[in-house]
Amino acid sequence: MRCQPDRDRLPGLPGWTVNLDQSGNRASGLRQPGPRPAETRCEPPLPNMANPLRSEVIALYKHLLYLGRDYPKGATYFKERLKHAFMKNKDETDPEKIRTLVKRGDFVIKELEALYFLRKYRTMKHRYYDEHKK
Amino acid sequence: MSGRVLVGVKRVIDYAVKIRVKPDHSGVVTEGVKHSMNPFCEIAVEEAVKMKEKKLIKEVVAVSCGPQQVQETIRTALAMGADRGIHVEVSAKEYESLGPLQVSKILAALAKKEEAQLIILGKQAIDGDCNQTGQMTAALLDWPQGTFASEVTLEAGHVKVVREIDGGLETIKINTPAVLTADLRLNTPRYATLPNIMKAKKKKIANVKPADLGVELASKLQVLRVDEPPQREAGVKVESVDDLVGKLKEAGRI
Repeated sequence: MRCQPDRDRLPGLPGWTVNLDQSGNRASGLRQPGPRPAETRCEPPLPNMANPLRSEVIALYKHLLYLGRDYPKGATYFKERLKHAFMKNKDETDPEKIRTLVKRGDFVIKELEALYFLRKYRTMKHRYYDEHKK
Repeated sequence: MSGRVLVGVKRVIDYAVKIRVKPDHSGVVTEGVKHSMNPFCEIAVEEAVKMKEKKLIKEVVAVSCGPQQVQETIRTALAMGADRGIHVEVSAKEYESLGPLQVSKILAALAKKEEAQLIILGKQAIDGDCNQTGQMTAALLDWPQGTFASEVTLEAGHVKVVREIDGGLETIKINTPAVLTADLRLNTPRYATLPNIMKAKKKKIANVKPADLGVELASKLQVLRVDEPPQREAGVKVESVDDLVGKLKEAGRI
């Protein structure tokens, strides 16, 4: 069973452009804030995280990084691809799309957990049980 | 009944790591090697946490014996849902000769002290492969044992255990307090999520010395030598069926 974090399927961090409030533009980061789409929810500016989605995405990244330590091909391999996958989507601003990407990330988490469990189970079974059946 | 379950966990070299024998054949290389919780111990912790979630028991206490590093393993158990931990401090030197007999004495003493209703252990550790600790603990406490458990049902005053044995499955009913050892198919251990790991940092791990429990750690066993298993020999190619039969007869196989 091969399961790799597909670099095209992992979500990214929201861009700086979402850090807007009612009163106007916030100079936060590298780019000029753009016009706010009509459908976006009005999030009041919070002291540390301007967007609750941002904290979700960061939590997702941290969790995937934590799970990646046990990745069969190595933690470095996993971390490179994880970072690439997230950076690819870093300019995403639509909250709906971000939520979809976060859901994909949750899916990858489940896939990783299943991979790890099956790998461990099959190794244990082979080591301790299959011999007896011969 | 106290509703308290003691779960023993062991820190072992990770199951996926290729083991290397030390050049002096005194043991295996452990320095800088990835360690994790023994897979059977994970299954034991999962079973205890499941019982707590079903409200069949009140508290899960994770226990481990060894030097400072075993605290990581206790933390993993806490992150999986154990309520508190007990670290039985054993020096690195003494740990080398710590075997099932000493561990079972420690667990027996702790079980009495904590008034445990159940002790759940993994059936064996993937490094020692002794498969003795559970059985010895039960004998020392004079408690019934349900070993190689692939299914456990806790009821008032007793426990139904389905055991995996050579001929198939055996169902037994034993009174509590009892010792159970977990087999591979008992359950699917959960992965600790990051929020749970953070929560686990606040849970307490008590420090205990074997002397406090009145346990002597001296071992009567001494490891003389550790060797790798023999390398697989190269196969021999034969030209015909008669050749094959001839070679098999030579090897005494037929």
